[in-house]
Amino acid sequence: MDHLVFDGLKVLDFTWVAAGPILTQSLADHGAMVVRVESATRPDILRMAPPYKDGKAGIDRSGYFARFNSDKYGVSLNLNHPRAASVIRRLVDWCDVVVENFTPGSMKKWGFDYEELRQLKPDLIMLSTSNQGQTGPHSHHPGHGGILTSLAGFTHLTGWDDQEPCQPFGALTDFITPLLGTIALIGALEFRRRTGQGQYLDLSQYESSLITLTPVMLDLFANGREAPRMGNRSPHTAPHGAYPCQGEDKWCAVAAETEAEWRALCQAMGQPALSDDPRFSTLELRMQNQDALDELIAAWTSQRTAQEVMQTLQGQGVPAGAVQNPSEVLNDPQLRHRDVFHVLEHAEIGSHTYGMPPFHLSRTPAELRMPAPCVGQHNEYIYREVLGMPDEEFVELLVEGVLE
Amino acid sequence: MNGMLSGYRALDLTDWRGWLCGRVLADMGVEVTKVEPPGGDPDRMREPFYHDEAHPEKSLWWWAYNQGKKSITLDMEATPGRELFRSLVKKTDFLIESFPPGHMEGLGLGYGDIQTSNPGLIWVSVTPFGQDGPYRDYRGPDIVTMALGGFMSLTGDPDRAPLRLSFPVSHALASLQAALGAMVAFHHRQATEQGQFVDVSAQESVTTALLNAIPMWDMNRVLIQRTGRFRSGLSSGVKQRQVWQCRDGSVAYMVVGGLGGAQSHRALVKWMEAEGMGDEFMSSIDWDQFDMATASREFHTRVEEALGRFFLSHTKHELHQGAVDRGIWLQLVSSPHDIADSTHLSARDFWAKVPHPEVGESVTYPGPFVKATASPIQVGTRAPLVGEHNQEVYAEVLGLSAAEVAELKEKGVI
Repeated sequence: MDHLVFDGLKVLDFTWVAAGPILTQSLADHGAMVVRVESATRPDILRMAPPYKDGKAGIDRSGYFARFNSDKYGVSLNLNHPRAASVIRRLVDWCDVVVENFTPGSMKKWGFDYEELRQLKPDLIMLSTSNQGQTGPHSHHPGHGGILTSLAGFTHLTGWDDQEPCQPFGALTDFITPLLGTIALIGALEFRRRTGQGQYLDLSQYESSLITLTPVMLDLFANGREAPRMGNRSPHTAPHGAYPCQGEDKWCAVAAETEAEWRALCQAMGQPALSDDPRFSTLELRMQNQDALDELIAAWTSQRTAQEVMQTLQGQGVPAGAVQNPSEVLNDPQLRHRDVFHVLEHAEIGSHTYGMPPFHLSRTPAELRMPAPCVGQHNEYIYREVLGMPDEEFVELLVEGVLE
Repeated sequence: MNGMLSGYRALDLTDWRGWLCGRVLADMGVEVTKVEPPGGDPDRMREPFYHDEAHPEKSLWWWAYNQGKKSITLDMEATPGRELFRSLVKKTDFLIESFPPGHMEGLGLGYGDIQTSNPGLIWVSVTPFGQDGPYRDYRGPDIVTMALGGFMSLTGDPDRAPLRLSFPVSHALASLQAALGAMVAFHHRQATEQGQFVDVSAQESVTTALLNAIPMWDMNRVLIQRTGRFRSGLSSGVKQRQVWQCRDGSVAYMVVGGLGGAQSHRALVKWMEAEGMGDEFMSSIDWDQFDMATASREFHTRVEEALGRFFLSHTKHELHQGAVDRGIWLQLVSSPHDIADSTHLSARDFWAKVPHPEVGESVTYPGPFVKATASPIQVGTRAPLVGEHNQEVYAEVLGLSAAEVAELKEKGVI
């Protein structure tokens, strides 16, 4: 077995909540030693968010926090304590990469901004990520991915054409930005390998998310058009929707993107004549008569389970997919075959499920080795063994509350 | 050399669903060459078009995701084209493709064969479901991978069908995961000279974006339901509004807990009071004691009434500016116009003007995805014309003469 890709890479991780921790997670899952600096005086918000073990709140009981922090080491340190600075300096000296996602200006306030830290380590790579970047009139406007998803245009693009927009589930930007952040960090490591130079990366979650919406922005800039909300319909094809199936709130997505798929759909529904019906015989007609088309398809799907619809249609080469809830996702045969979910044993939570990165490397796959850390779980190991802090000082720092 | 990855090469064989992967590598300095069939990639006809003129050089999708790339044409269905491809791939660092699993093997160009001639090659494959498993051969447009990946069950109104976004997010997520996978593999290659196969699934990419929905089921057997403009993930079954109507549109605001939440709610209540729109109930809440997990339905109903009134009496830009000034966790629900008009983005000099000489103007594009001090991310030149770089690439990479390139063209190989 080859070693893990990032064996030997040392990451000092001041991030919290979602976008930052997700950014360092793929490094950790591929072998980097990621040390998360936290403080019980200002706990990660996700440690205070459900689900909790047995539904009972507790700083080390949140599965929400755990989901984004596999394979990381956890140390505690009160950054507001005057003696924290000397510990930080030693951690910076130890690491290759610093990542943080505090409100812009916080690291400077503590004396740990890039200009300061590069004095200690000239080839340091440091990445700061925040909602809107380190500069500009709104850089200090606090927020989180849940509402940034609206600022970045995704909410506007979700919903029915007869209604106000609807929030896409969760915090979409928190799952886009971190990918680009990790990509940039690995690029910066390569640049340092070739030139010896470190650098500073200012990752605005707003700006980086917009790369995905470039087609939408070009349509505005070139044509003055605002992309519409279309429910589940597509500007490119019909039929295209989620159709009701047997059972309570069960649905199956169905689309026909080509003439061949359209004919196969009619065949699979046992209505081959439909493909030449004057209302539906061309793509243009199908787009015009979608309401009638949707009704016909819904009449067929509602007599069947979502799985039957999916398997029958996919068996004929027609795109179809059951609308799966989280329980069905966990038991999905494809995801199980691909070994996507792994159970790890957490000190407080017990056995629970973590996800693998969705890119599978043939030679050096990710390995989920450690559950998310409890607050300060690795203080002894990191401070004493890795940094070589004398026993006396370690005890002093503990007693004085520096390591809270 | 001032790009992070200047001097490395990629061949990009993807269809529109995978284009964004190579675009990200190009932004970092990789010389990415789009390999198109003679006559051009059929997805060049993807709408919308510049000025709505349906033309293979005017698709805005093509422009958006192929910016900074080169283009060559190559007939991979015929033997001479395949031989040419074999020569090219020996000189490349990344190969990105989005064919159905097995397609490249069918051409005699599978990873097994190719990697023997270039063991350092990083082969990135981005498909709806991955290279193996029971759904391997399933068709997977965005709506299907969003459904099977769990996102749709969580989005939309409870009394209507589950929703996808009116934008193919699963392909964007998969393409970015593919770029990340390529980078992780590249880091390994730089240390060991060993390439590998990177297998990315759009369905799996969607499952990464479900926030806490999987742990909620896994640990507490709670199924988060779709709740439209509300959210239900954080409190015990009580839904909380997150998209609010105001006078001329919508804003996003969540009644969250924690230190930051308390600060935000206090500032908002103070603002309401200052405008004579204070609400007795809102003003009576001790936000430091507010706990999302135990807040009652009645609590949220009263909060919603008070906030709803306040928001409805303002425009979205009044609310946004007021929130910026007061540090309130409220955001615009931006339309594309709002994004284009953002004073913040222009103050950061975000937008890039990209010359498009063929249409006689420069077009505005979103700028670099990260601001890097030593090796800036480049917003590249406009997407290539069909076969625009045949001469250059075949000459520089393979050392063919102008006459040899002309001959290939005559024979229909390129």
